[in-house]
Amino acid sequence: MKIFLKLTFLFVIISSLILPRANAAGEQQELLKVDWSFKSFFGKFDRASLQRGYQVYTEVCASCHSLKHLSYRNLAEKGGPEFTELEAKAIASNFEVTDGPNSDGEMFERPAKLSDKFVMPYANVQEAIAANGGAYPPDMSVLVKARSGGANYIYSVLMGYDAPPAGMELDDGVYYNKYMYGNKIKMASPLDDDIVEYADGTKATVDQMAKDVTTFLQWTAEPHLETRHKLGFRVIIYLSVLTILVYFSMKKIWSRIETKV
Amino acid sequence: MSDHEYTPKSKVGKWFNDRLPLLTLANHLTDYPTPKNLNYWWTFGGILTFCLITQIITGIVLGMHYVAHADLAFQSVEHIMRDVNYGWLIRYVHANGASMFFLAVYIHIFRSLYYGSYKSPREVIWIIGMLIYFLMMATAFMGYVLPWGQMSFWGATVITNLFSAIPLVGESITNWLWGGYSVDNPTLTRFFSLHYLFPFLILGLVVLHIWALHVPGNNNPIGIDIKKPSKDTVPFHPYIVIKDAFALLIFLLIFAFFVFFSPNILGHADNYIEANPLVTPAHIVPEWYLLPFYAILRSVPDKLLGVIAMFAAIFVLVILPWLDTSKVRSTVFRPIYKQFYWFLVADVLILGYVGAMPAEGLYLLIARVATAYYFAHFLIILPFLGMKEKTTPLPLSITEPVLGGSADMAIARNNSDFKEKL
Repeated sequence: MKIFLKLTFLFVIISSLILPRANAAGEQQELLKVDWSFKSFFGKFDRASLQRGYQVYTEVCASCHSLKHLSYRNLAEKGGPEFTELEAKAIASNFEVTDGPNSDGEMFERPAKLSDKFVMPYANVQEAIAANGGAYPPDMSVLVKARSGGANYIYSVLMGYDAPPAGMELDDGVYYNKYMYGNKIKMASPLDDDIVEYADGTKATVDQMAKDVTTFLQWTAEPHLETRHKLGFRVIIYLSVLTILVYFSMKKIWSRIETKV
Repeated sequence: MSDHEYTPKSKVGKWFNDRLPLLTLANHLTDYPTPKNLNYWWTFGGILTFCLITQIITGIVLGMHYVAHADLAFQSVEHIMRDVNYGWLIRYVHANGASMFFLAVYIHIFRSLYYGSYKSPREVIWIIGMLIYFLMMATAFMGYVLPWGQMSFWGATVITNLFSAIPLVGESITNWLWGGYSVDNPTLTRFFSLHYLFPFLILGLVVLHIWALHVPGNNNPIGIDIKKPSKDTVPFHPYIVIKDAFALLIFLLIFAFFVFFSPNILGHADNYIEANPLVTPAHIVPEWYLLPFYAILRSVPDKLLGVIAMFAAIFVLVILPWLDTSKVRSTVFRPIYKQFYWFLVADVLILGYVGAMPAEGLYLLIARVATAYYFAHFLIILPFLGMKEKTTPLPLSITEPVLGGSADMAIARNNSDFKEKL
């Protein structure tokens, strides 16, 4: 079994080769760390937090940031915020989408259905850039996976607005953020205490909203995270049992000759 | 073993086997005499075959849902991740499978280096192996381009631009590779086509690799020639089959851990940002398994010479059987080479590390020293060491710990005849 120690050693070396790359992006302030419920082997989403996070997204972020890879039906799917189908339908019907052409060859507006993709805040990238002082508000569908640091990074940026250090000049429409790359961000601090009113009575502090919306964005980036963890646990158990069985079979077979295995 | 040799019983089976002896080929594979002292480093051949098959199967399914178009590729990958049944699983297995494939191939290559498996009479196995490795790198590189994220796009731009270093025709070749004047939709579609083709070329080479292996048979940890079949060998089935299965399962446990609990740690976050030709990422880095070569490329100040150095780094491996002049295969009996072997391992790991770092200051210096040492190992140390080194005595066979064996079969036989006379 000594070989497996060696293998583990090799494995550690190789992982340590990969990890520095994550930090190669520059000397950044260490991110705030949150004990997310979705981390770890059995990690699951906090359902209530996902629903609150959706509320923060729609009421605060959605005016600039799209979620173009999501459909309204996702909101009612297992492993997500798990709104009831009726609730999801009601949410969808708040949005207008262009459909058509109809039998007269004309496009028409209708309320969104569960099968529709999330409605985008801007018609195109150029409009989004023009409306936001030259900075493109990135699509948020996979944003958590697109930033090293993941959920902690998103949370840190939301919490990282501060007065600029002495001597730092900021242009109009540029804000100081402790955790943003280069410390400059074109998005004004989006959260203020009680900017939304949670239906479940949770107090809407900046910290609470940042956590909720980050949880929500983790789900939009990894909608099958819960299934993955659950299936992964079963696969590991299955493989472990099989490994043990095969190990003893191997010992039995090799006992026919004097060579050790 | 011959007492339970398979012969087709049915009429159809006999008729077919007389015309194509595919059914009795199984006898060769099950009886194939294998050295009984093979250690677990020898299980990676089977593991690699498994990796290739896994990549092909998951890849074919992904190909059913993926759209090779610059405007749709990123979206189609998200479609696979969200809407295709277990699409997330198939894609994560494929993406992490590539890393596991390379992890296994590096262990397989370094095993060969340690036990001298590339030496006569196994040179052709080794060269085919190097061809496979080269095709693997090309396939992996093109596969990484397909999701059309930022790292896909810019990685493709950097690597294809290497060809522009070729004097006179460089630019024409680069434009020809791109199918235009920059990396764009034509580049993506041809990469997809080739990414689908290459694994089957690899599969063909794997068949040749195994065929070539079955001519001289396996090398073994003490590296001496053995009589086959003899007391020193066991039939492939069930002894090696069950051992390979056990090792494969351990490998699968690590594989599963990545797929289910850390599926993105081996990738780069930037590749979840859609490709944008107008925004260059802060640092363009290839996948981890290409980093040592990337470090060699960047350590040379001249672009053309850097490209040459990078390809030469692979080429010295191809001609390795003739660079290593030592007749003794296994490092076990080569006390001085053993130290150089571990220096080389460390050197490659260092190259991988600096390949991930920005090419400046101390990192660049380290990369240059490590690159120089890499070539010195193969071009200077190996040829001279083989001639000078005093090796320790070889045993005569695996079962008998009698000294006096030789890497050369003829000498070994003479020695044993000599002993018998005594």
